[in-house]
Amino acid sequence: MATEITRLFKKNQAAILERWMQNQLADAGLREDLMSNEDLRIESEELIVSLIRALTEDNIDDVNSADFDHVAEILSGISISRARQGYSPRETCLYILSLKEALQQVLNEEIQDVQEQLIALLRVNKLFDNFSIVIFETFIKGREEVILRQTDEITEISTPVIQVWEGILALPIIGTLDSSRTQVIMENLLTAIVDSGSSVAILDISGVPTVDSLVAQHLLKTVSATRLMGAECVISGIRPEIAQTIVHLGIDLSGIVTKASLASALIYAFKTLKLEVRKQGSFKTT
Amino acid sequence: MDRIPILRMGQFLLVTIQVDLYDRLALDLEADLVKMVSKTGAKGILIDISAVSIVDSFMGRIIGNIGVMSKLLDAETVVVGMQPAVAITLVELGLPLKGVYTALNVERGMDLLKSKIQVIDDEEIDPDDDDSDDITE
Repeated sequence: MATEITRLFKKNQAAILERWMQNQLADAGLREDLMSNEDLRIESEELIVSLIRALTEDNIDDVNSADFDHVAEILSGISISRARQGYSPRETCLYILSLKEALQQVLNEEIQDVQEQLIALLRVNKLFDNFSIVIFETFIKGREEVILRQTDEITEISTPVIQVWEGILALPIIGTLDSSRTQVIMENLLTAIVDSGSSVAILDISGVPTVDSLVAQHLLKTVSATRLMGAECVISGIRPEIAQTIVHLGIDLSGIVTKASLASALIYAFKTLKLEVRKQGSFKTT
Repeated sequence: MDRIPILRMGQFLLVTIQVDLYDRLALDLEADLVKMVSKTGAKGILIDISAVSIVDSFMGRIIGNIGVMSKLLDAETVVVGMQPAVAITLVELGLPLKGVYTALNVERGMDLLKSKIQVIDDEEIDPDDDDSDDITE
């Protein structure tokens, strides 16, 4: 009886695959839009082949056996790629659970004795619980990687330094300012000042939802650092609510040039650089 | 013993720091500069720190001190060419160098110094003009 489970699986390998595919295709949540049935079949077959090859009577009870490393590797690969493709956790989990179901059906049909059947089912169950954990873990890991990558991208994207004129840089800040973001913004701005040789930098905070004392401190730091580089920093885009908050919090911004809009900050920058913008032809009259 | 050379250029003194400042060197520079200002009657000091990549709070304070001291001796100080990392460090250390002017490079620093000297000269001339106006009235 002891050799029965592995032998049974080996004998019924093709049938198991068929059943499994049936189970998967019967599921209402099948994502044909994300993966074709052909690919799914190839993927499933690879897993069954490697599982049945790895499975022996000795290691079936030892879920941590090194024999299953290859199976776990395949499972992890499938799980991570599904996480990236946007499968839901339920769909990913059902993939392995439907294999378990197929195996149980085979055991159910092949083993007549109720007691033996129960024991065999329990052993398979335990093994597959472990595989489910592997799937779950790597799925979460895959999703976390996606989140991390997006966070990095957001920090990169959200701090563009724009050269609006020769010698004038603008930096529109969108979203909440925290320490790490201020650091990135400061570095980007200072490097841009050196690269472009600009002497005025406009920090537009119209996209910053709230300004508390910490955010104000970060802004002050950026302004000081810009001054140390030998450029002037103007803060623009201060909304009425933000002006109220700043005063209520008792934050002193008197040492900084502040403007209501980016346009007025630009006019100020032109003045500093002794530039003038006027309508065509208007200089004749003056 | 190393010393940082101080070059005289008309009304201005030029200091280019090409090595990383250590404490002794910075203190010597401070003393030399102040002596030089009083000896030559210089109106402006230009310190180029574009080659300095590391600063600590002591260096920051020395640079700030030079600014305040030369102000007492009627000379303006301009620090030019600060690297982004140095600027960030100084701000994080809470040393915004209030006493000194800053410029992006030597050329701009020179222009700034010249304009500062000019402003001061104009202010000194202005009262005379006012007086003469008063007389004509």
